[in-house]
Amino acid sequence: MKMLINVAESVVTDALRGMAAAHPELVVDVEKRVIVRRDAPVEGKVALVSGGGSGHEPLHGGFVGPGMLSAACPGEVFTSPVPDQMVRAAAAVDSGAGVLFIVKNYTGDVLNFDMAAELAEDEGIQVAKVLVNDDVAVTDSLYTAGRRGTGATLFVEKIAGAAADEGQPLERVEAIGRQVNENSRSFGVALSACTTPAKGSPTFDLPPGELELGIGIHGEPGRERRAMMTSGEIADFAVGAILEDMPPRNPVLVLVNGMGGTPLLELYGFNAEVQRVLAERGVNVAHTLVGNYVTSLDMAGASVTLCQVDEELLRLWNAPVKTPGLRWGM
Amino acid sequence: MLDADFFRRWMTATAAAVDREAERLTALDSPIGDADHGSNLQRGFNAVTAAVEKESPQTPGAVLMLAGRQLISTVGGASGPLYGTLLRRTGKALGEAGEVSEDQFAQALRAGVDAVMALGGAAPGDKTMIDALVPAVDALGDGFTAARAAAEEGALATTPLQARKGRASYLGERSIGHQDPGATSSALLIAGLVEANGE
Repeated sequence: MKMLINVAESVVTDALRGMAAAHPELVVDVEKRVIVRRDAPVEGKVALVSGGGSGHEPLHGGFVGPGMLSAACPGEVFTSPVPDQMVRAAAAVDSGAGVLFIVKNYTGDVLNFDMAAELAEDEGIQVAKVLVNDDVAVTDSLYTAGRRGTGATLFVEKIAGAAADEGQPLERVEAIGRQVNENSRSFGVALSACTTPAKGSPTFDLPPGELELGIGIHGEPGRERRAMMTSGEIADFAVGAILEDMPPRNPVLVLVNGMGGTPLLELYGFNAEVQRVLAERGVNVAHTLVGNYVTSLDMAGASVTLCQVDEELLRLWNAPVKTPGLRWGM
Repeated sequence: MLDADFFRRWMTATAAAVDREAERLTALDSPIGDADHGSNLQRGFNAVTAAVEKESPQTPGAVLMLAGRQLISTVGGASGPLYGTLLRRTGKALGEAGEVSEDQFAQALRAGVDAVMALGGAAPGDKTMIDALVPAVDALGDGFTAARAAAEEGALATTPLQARKGRASYLGERSIGHQDPGATSSALLIAGLVEANGE
């Protein structure tokens, strides 16, 4: 597989160097692997720190800026960052109002953020955590690692970020983050596997004419493989799986998210089908976002995330944001 | 008796084995994980041998504590905290003695494995590194060679299991039929004991 890289070992470092050059409003520590708002710490405001494996761009580094994250810690490709990065990020952004860690529910992310929280608290930083676990393809039981954190991460980071920007206290920002996660569900499909730089070939074998239903964002195969379906059939299946798990009472935010290798032309077409299913099921849509936000390298495919919002969450969603990956109102 | 040199050799032997087997570990991690186990552990154990050489810790406990800290700081993923905790807790249980008996080491390693189970929440049969480590600790009373055989057997025995912890658990029944990469790397770690002992 051809890739636009130098060598596999320097992929993350090279991307961070490029990010630093493109975004002077961010401080990118290429060696320590921490991306911080240049104006941090912001006096009197709660700071948000997230992070995870690389390969999901613009998540998380592309969501650092006013109205969203204060800092992000990129790990190796598909590998959680280490506690040292998170402690460094927390120390850089804490104004004294405390730090909220936003953690996608993967064993590695959870363990490393837990260790980091302990270390940061030892340094006198008040830390709270929100775990994101929105993927309905995984049965949440004692016999699995629990539901994965996927598209809802964007909603949690944006809405909790707006609450922090308003000057709300740590326990309130944490509660809002949890509320967003509890009201969000996602379902993803893959039309092709992705290729990690380290391996150089697709992470699983998906023949032409078949698709994977219920994928995560790390190139892992899904729960089920079927003969290729149309965009309309995929929308019926994905939205159906979400609504079965969470019949919405309130209007929803919709994220139609590309996995990295599917053109926007197809994503918009898929969104038309998603909106059709939602209309058929009587679900009100408050706002829709279409694009590549929580990706899986070059994987072709898409995920749908629905987030039920009350008036306060919708107001926070619409609040101004200025990051490389998401920007409106300022 | 086992001295600090023995534990340094253990880390060097494990690092060499991980280097040698990195591609196989990553290949095992592709169908049921995310295809990076080999490269992640390679990065970690290279950092371990570099730190052990540079800081030259003088007791068995200090060697393992340093090694564990390096793994936590460099590996990431679940493997970093889990392997890091295994070595740190084992090292902590060895205390400050300049030499330890094989029995003392067996007890300390059991404390390390218990700490991994507490941290990761996995039990034997969940298709994780625990499936190699627990049999190895149980066999350690019969010597390092017996522990190596038990670990290798435990790793092979993960193939028919359905994963209940870690990233492979997302696959449900589709995780059956694949050997667990974490159990496989744990067997390499245990095999390193035999090599360190010059057997």
